[in-house]
Amino acid sequence: MQSETLIPRVGVVTDIRQDTPDVKTFRVVGTDGKKLFEHIPGQCAMVSMPGIGEGMFSITSSPTNREFMEFSIKKCGCLTTWLHSIEVGQQITVRGPYGNGFPVESTFKGKDLLFIAGGIGLAPLRSVINYVRDNRENYGSVHIVYGSRSKDDLVDYQEIIDEWMNCPNTKVDLTIDREQEGWDGHVGFIPNYVKELQPDTSRTVVMCGPPIMIKFTLAGLKELGFVDNNVFTTMELRMKCAIGKCGRCNIGNKYVCKDGPVFSFDQLSELPNEY
Amino acid sequence: MFRLPVSKIDDLFGTIASSRTLYLPVDGNDGRAKYDKWSEGTKMSDKLNTVRSAKSFFFPQTTNICDFNVNGANVEVVDIREESEDFVVFGVRACDARSFTILDKVFLAEPVDSYYATRREHGTVVTMACSEPEENCFCNVFGIDAAAPEGDATCWIADGYLYITSNNEKGEKFVESISALLEETDDSAVKAQQETIHGIVEKLPFGKVSTDHFRKNTLLEIFNSEKWEKLSESCLGCGTCTFVCPTCQCYDIKDFDTGHGIKRYRTWDSCMYADFTKMAHGNSRNAQMQRFRQRFMHKLVYFPDNNNGEFGCVGCGRCLSRCPISMNIIKVIKEFGEE
Repeated sequence: MQSETLIPRVGVVTDIRQDTPDVKTFRVVGTDGKKLFEHIPGQCAMVSMPGIGEGMFSITSSPTNREFMEFSIKKCGCLTTWLHSIEVGQQITVRGPYGNGFPVESTFKGKDLLFIAGGIGLAPLRSVINYVRDNRENYGSVHIVYGSRSKDDLVDYQEIIDEWMNCPNTKVDLTIDREQEGWDGHVGFIPNYVKELQPDTSRTVVMCGPPIMIKFTLAGLKELGFVDNNVFTTMELRMKCAIGKCGRCNIGNKYVCKDGPVFSFDQLSELPNEY
Repeated sequence: MFRLPVSKIDDLFGTIASSRTLYLPVDGNDGRAKYDKWSEGTKMSDKLNTVRSAKSFFFPQTTNICDFNVNGANVEVVDIREESEDFVVFGVRACDARSFTILDKVFLAEPVDSYYATRREHGTVVTMACSEPEENCFCNVFGIDAAAPEGDATCWIADGYLYITSNNEKGEKFVESISALLEETDDSAVKAQQETIHGIVEKLPFGKVSTDHFRKNTLLEIFNSEKWEKLSESCLGCGTCTFVCPTCQCYDIKDFDTGHGIKRYRTWDSCMYADFTKMAHGNSRNAQMQRFRQRFMHKLVYFPDNNNGEFGCVGCGRCLSRCPISMNIIKVIKEFGEE
């Protein structure tokens, strides 16, 4: 019988990192100890615990990581609450990769890049950022603007401090929503911060975060002179099949699982505002 | 073209059923037609069509995707798939026959749905021309000919004979398997009946409804129309239309804990239901209007956009007969047609 993508493979959780009070990053390999499959930055996988549920999560690790995959998951629903309760050694199921991913080998190549992320929105961008870091010669300068509710809610904070801030030709600007003891960095919301930073409009923008952040940041970018076809984001809607058949995640005639999750804003401008 | 006397139809069914399972429309205890397995003595229904569509032969209401054994922290995936057995669906109408080719475009597109594919491969579709299309029929709006249904083989009943012809290799094999009962004949009786059917179709009340609006206007223009509010006002979100619709194929995936293992099922679902798109962070189609619009946009705009202009409706009329608030795709098409 032919292969069936709806039937998942078993994955083993080999490491769990508490990133923020409600975000954990799970390291997953196959039962043979090897990576389950290869992917493009921005692609997703269906992660499941049989009997609990199955959901689509972006693969936050870079494909340049040859040993394992990572998923940064916020505790917010049934499956994610269960995932937050497990311990290292737990087996789960994984299927994928799904979706188109970011155009890291075409549109992005040779470009100066601006990454804008809010909260858990960093998870899908981390894959791209680390891919660019590991293929540094193929890309221009990198500017990362990342914000969260508080210092404690910055996902991957240690990696940002230890690695991204020390990466050549890379600038990192962090912000948190409200003043906090022990934080001497910028305070304020992402959309305003981006405008203050006056990024160069020739940069290709990769943005992910809560819908409200995306809406105001995009408006700000346009004011600065950025054009829609040079701004990319990654979408998230309810999914069951991940292959464009179950009928849930469409925005107009496009399925987020199959035609996305990565869209440029000129693509989104031709689709209904139903997300 | 071949034929056999209608009086010998039980012999025909017996012959078909001797080598594979035969399904055909029969009258249920409630007097309504439904597909059922043939056994000695089963009579074929003479109703125009079944209440439920024929999609469940290839896309059953529930499909067991796979099983899991969970033992402490360990998970085992069990592939329980089996090749389908050969079967014949007899007496499928032109609308339902076309619905299979529409479902093919979803389930046989890469990555292929193996559950659907194996049923499609092992199922033979024998269609039956509609000798008397009824007032809710509008298959001709979508280029379907009730007098010449698609399928692997096609039948007509005229002048006390059942006429049959094959449309492809699978159909040829089918006709070959029943050839002992058949005699070769010309197609004059079929031609005459087709003319009669076309005469009836010509007079059907919804037969001339125009779908032009959905071709001439852009996706966003149609989506943003104010007409959806009015059209969807009374929709109960009951999902009956999606349940009886031969082309509705949205599905859910759910796990069931049997107490000694987990079974993962794929089941029919409905875009009309409030929790269809609900996720932890919100619901992209929160209002019934959005869900109602989704269903018709899918059939009249999105599906054609992705499939060379082919509409996702076959004009079977089931939603016209079954909707508790008498809303249906004809009213939607007409509303947009009236500028």
